Amino acid sequence: MNDSVLEQALIWLNDPLNWSGRGGIPALTLEHLGMSVAAVALAAAIALPVGVWLGHRGRGATATVVVANTSRALPTLALLFIFAATGIGFGNRPTVIAAAVFAIPPILSNAVTGMAGVDPAARDAARGMGMSGARSLALVEVPLALPLIGAGLRTSAVQVIATIPLAALVGGGGLGTIIVTGFANRRFGEVVAGGLLVVVLSLAAEGALAFGQRALTPKALRGRR
Amino acid sequence: MVVSVPNPWLSWDYVRDNWGDITTALDQHVSLTAQAIGIAALVALPLAVLAYGRPRLAGAVLGLTGALYTIPSLALFAVLYPMLRDRRATVLVGLVMYALLVLVRNILVGLQGVDPAVTDAARGLGYGPARLLLTVQLPNALPAVITGLRLATVTTVALVTVGIVVGYGGLGQLMYRGFNSQYRAEITTATLLTLAVALTADVALWLAGRLVMPWARTGVRS
Repeated sequence: MNDSVLEQALIWLNDPLNWSGRGGIPALTLEHLGMSVAAVALAAAIALPVGVWLGHRGRGATATVVVANTSRALPTLALLFIFAATGIGFGNRPTVIAAAVFAIPPILSNAVTGMAGVDPAARDAARGMGMSGARSLALVEVPLALPLIGAGLRTSAVQVIATIPLAALVGGGGLGTIIVTGFANRRFGEVVAGGLLVVVLSLAAEGALAFGQRALTPKALRGRR
Repeated sequence: MVVSVPNPWLSWDYVRDNWGDITTALDQHVSLTAQAIGIAALVALPLAVLAYGRPRLAGAVLGLTGALYTIPSLALFAVLYPMLRDRRATVLVGLVMYALLVLVRNILVGLQGVDPAVTDAARGLGYGPARLLLTVQLPNALPAVITGLRLATVTTVALVTVGIVVGYGGLGQLMYRGFNSQYRAEITTATLLTLAVALTADVALWLAGRLVMPWARTGVRS
């Protein structure tokens, strides 16, 4: 039984027809990545300024923890279904919004922690050199907090890529469609193939981001994790 | 489609008329969560203890659990179901896996965070490895273990809903039905109940943590 399902999955993956056209694997992967980028960008646009400001002012640590814990308890699907029942509707847009909502907590809390963890001595030195508050923020504090901010973006990106497949349950696109269509037609080889594709994409994204984060971290800060 | 029928977000009539369905879904949800956390905790503890004594193994375990955790739940259920061919087992195995990842990580980090001076002192007093583990290291790691349990439970409660992809999603099943029939009250009721389950479990575990760690009551809350 196992073999036959895996075999079917391999056969499906080897069928050139599944690799071309609008519903083909490359097109779905691109759509998946596009939606993920949109969701992370949306979340970052909201969470980064707020997090940097809160951390800079040394406030909001408790509030961000509460936000993060509450968001963990709320199922993504519930949010998707609620969106579908309101004006936001079905498909890709509500999924991007829902994924962005769940991407906010990691970005926010990492930005707050990173900014709050900046050595006060560095801040004092910047002020002592005559930097204005804004200059010190942009040239000293944010660069020092960058490793943690980057880690938050990475966590949220991986999480978003894993969330986007749910779009297929509310009529959207991306790689999740392969899984959901397969279930609907009881073609389990296809289900497994879709699942494997999503897994590979998630792991590849995690690897690429880990590498990118390492490459972008200044040498002096590496090894501190 | 013109909607002329009132479609409220909350409706007591809905709750009353569907009481049976709601309790069935709730029961499914709670029992899945409880079983998953129970099994995961039983497996995670020995695994974490095993990895703790061997730094290289600990690194591998942390790396592997981190990578596994990025696997989307939908994909995991998709790969498991054709192999297990059982709805409940599929959801349960998936949930155990995710809970396991969170728990092993937290227990391991908790054990690693035990003050070396404390373990040294215990060793100096003549404690053997087993006694050291049971009476010194594990109690000291308990805050991290409880945090891990709370985190795993809350995530699991939310994750059960993804089980709708195999038709066994507890309260998610009601959400899905409400979504398909565009009936708002059903979606909202199921969502609120899911949040309530998560919150209740979280508070219960927090209280249990306070009960088993009387020394932490006056200290800083985690």
